[in-house]
Amino acid sequence: MKKLERVENLERRLFLRQGLSLGALALLAGCELTDREAVQRVLWAMSRWNDRAQAWLFDSRRLAPEYPESRITRPFPYNGYYPEARVPLIDGTKYRLELAGKIRDRKPWTLAELYALPQVSQVTRLICVEGWSAIGKWGGVRLSDFLQRVGADTTAKYVGFQCADDYYGSIDMASALHPQTILALDWDGGRLPPRYGYPLRLRIPTKLGFKNPKLITALFVTDQYPGGYWEDQGYNWFSGS
Amino acid sequence: MAKVLVHPLTVRITHWLNALAVLMMVTSGWQIYNASPLFDFSFPASVTLGGWLAGGLQWHFAAMWLLGLNGAVYLAYGMASGHFRRKLLPLSPRAVLRDIGAALRGRLSHDDPAVYNAAQRAAYLALIVCLVLLVASGLALWKPVQLHWLALAFGDYEGARYVHFFAMAALVLIVLVHVAMVALVPRTLPAMISGRARAA
Repeated sequence: MKKLERVENLERRLFLRQGLSLGALALLAGCELTDREAVQRVLWAMSRWNDRAQAWLFDSRRLAPEYPESRITRPFPYNGYYPEARVPLIDGTKYRLELAGKIRDRKPWTLAELYALPQVSQVTRLICVEGWSAIGKWGGVRLSDFLQRVGADTTAKYVGFQCADDYYGSIDMASALHPQTILALDWDGGRLPPRYGYPLRLRIPTKLGFKNPKLITALFVTDQYPGGYWEDQGYNWFSGS
Repeated sequence: MAKVLVHPLTVRITHWLNALAVLMMVTSGWQIYNASPLFDFSFPASVTLGGWLAGGLQWHFAAMWLLGLNGAVYLAYGMASGHFRRKLLPLSPRAVLRDIGAALRGRLSHDDPAVYNAAQRAAYLALIVCLVLLVASGLALWKPVQLHWLALAFGDYEGARYVHFFAMAALVLIVLVHVAMVALVPRTLPAMISGRARAA
């Protein structure tokens, strides 16, 4: 099944290349075909420019709006790059959150240890890169508290995540330290169900949905740009709300 | 007959840059729309830009800088130079209805290319309003947290999606009529390139 996904992704990337080229052709009719590559380079450069513009626009004191529980979207949509039936089931008793990179205390964390930390909750809007949005309630540990506790170097540039499926992602340190950025363990008052990322997901209401990785198994702090599953295929990396 | 300047250089440059930016924004916007349609239809892939969602987003968020900066130059010029006041005003609903009626009967006068009739004035003003609404609602969709006050003005994130869509629809309609009118009165096209036309 994974092989099929990879083939699909490869096809998607090829399609992207062709699609961008078609657009380039339509707009630059008469130009040399080699300009197709140049147009793509410009688009990627503009995306990096938009990363910088968004980092500059980001205000760490600006909170995402919170909603009453009556506004929670039910049923809350499942979304992922594979169907819900294929979501990996993690054994919570064996689960460990691994830590790596610029972190002083890299001891792995059990679920019980994560639950013993101070918990916060929020009812916020998750906005998908596709355009739709849904309001949900998440609970868990503030990422900034966790990073302080494990002695992470918060002057580093990125916090990265590796997931139990093939997914991976990363966010900027300023957004990681935002008070509404949490390592979510709960959804709607109970444990996270597998479809929403059991046992641990990132909930960051100041970024688009795909910047909220589910099924997190490892967290690392680094100065080297880690990219992300979708970002490496063309989605804007910062994708701040 | 002597030729007179009907379109200043700033207007011509911003007009064509805007046309390019709008073409890229609308066709990439249709690509983004197709990822999660608001209504029971999608745009044909052949008229969308970018190939898939990520490509459409890359085009949209690159071209937005051209649309925004070029639009800011145009608005600043139009207000500071008196261009808007001279060319787009005065405007009365009665004159607009009269000229639209005349246009539909094929009797609308384009004698003096330096003077816009009331239907043109209304259309160009409406186009400016549409573009301002598109930029404002687009900013609300791009930054619903950082610019939450703006998103609230449109009825939060989901409201801004509808405003963005309907402003696009109105814009496309106006552009189609505009292009059709240019086809009916073809001498207006070289005037928007050279800036000059025969005096009335």
